[in-house]
Amino acid sequence: MRDDLPLALVLVFVPFSLASIGGGTSIIAGIQHQAVDVHHWVTAREFVDFFAISRAAPGPGSMLTTLIGFHVWGWTGALIATLALYLPSSLLCYGVVRVWNRHRGKRWHTALEEGLAPVGGGLILAGVASLLRIGGGGPASWAVAVGSAGMLWWLPRLHPLLMFALGAAVLIAVRAAGL
Amino acid sequence: MGRRVHCQTKATGADFARSPIESHPGPAAVNVPVQRVSVPALFSVFFRIGLFSFGGGLSGWVYREVVVQRGWLTEDEFLSGMAVSQILPGANIANLGVYVGQKLIGPVGSAAALLGLFSGPFFAVIGLASVYHVVKTLPFADAALDGVAASAIGLLLMVVAKGAQRAARHLATLAAFVATFVAVGLLHWPLLAVVAVVGALSVGAAWMRHSADA
Repeated sequence: MRDDLPLALVLVFVPFSLASIGGGTSIIAGIQHQAVDVHHWVTAREFVDFFAISRAAPGPGSMLTTLIGFHVWGWTGALIATLALYLPSSLLCYGVVRVWNRHRGKRWHTALEEGLAPVGGGLILAGVASLLRIGGGGPASWAVAVGSAGMLWWLPRLHPLLMFALGAAVLIAVRAAGL
Repeated sequence: MGRRVHCQTKATGADFARSPIESHPGPAAVNVPVQRVSVPALFSVFFRIGLFSFGGGLSGWVYREVVVQRGWLTEDEFLSGMAVSQILPGANIANLGVYVGQKLIGPVGSAAALLGLFSGPFFAVIGLASVYHVVKTLPFADAALDGVAASAIGLLLMVVAKGAQRAARHLATLAAFVATFVAVGLLHWPLLAVVAVVGALSVGAAWMRHSADA
């Protein structure tokens, strides 16, 4: 049965890759069902831990599939799971943006670009709202987010890492003060 | 493509001090119809972004590196690329990497951006998993991570502010910006349907603006 594992990882994760419209958060529930209930690759407890780890580590939150792959089949499993989740969507995206960038300068392209730019902006703001909601950091997180944006607006040369350290310090101070 | 020059002179990064003053742009700032970006340069930008991409706000960092610091893309190019990245399936940041890489270099650029984005997190997430039981017991580990994530969201908010500023140029673009946010962010309507409707109207308005210009 273990011989089928690489294939099973591919067969499970490739469809999720192409279904993850709106980013990785939309497929977490589906992955949980497949990995925990259907294939028993991980326990429910392990899945929750993996979710927390993938959110704490750098990279897209959907990299918890990398951890599932690693858990069941070591480094090879990790590599297969990562490729299965990100390669199909990236190839599709490549095909689309190649056509998109090839027609630069045409009137319909200019119209598309100018028309889609504000939609992109609105989507980012919507994403910010949902990140703040699921982040669960409370008003302190909101304040840090707005404060960071303000600092960047006035001090564009500020390095993001310095800002991250500052954000961490503020939230630690807030929690330590018991607010 | 004079707008790219505008982007260049606006650059506010570490190279600002060395860049020529605005009234006398050097040759490097003027002749940039097609900007030559090397594969290692693209890889290293996305590698750094990937390695420090906590909390999902990393598109803001791409904006900072690619638009503000280096002037590789204009704001409209970046924002429309964001829209495309979000409409298509896949992690937004990965799609954005594919978009930026394709536009600047081609298939090799897309591959370099993806490799850069994922090689750091790939090892980091597995490394963190192996020490997770220790990290979990550290006091304020959660608070620190929440703080980093919130700052990363600040980067995104900055992009939103720039986008809103641009959108405010025309009534139609401003309406598209607000309508998209309200429908997706507040009313939780399906993203694809919203983009299809608002996007079509917004693109139609842009088309009309350009026929009026001509």
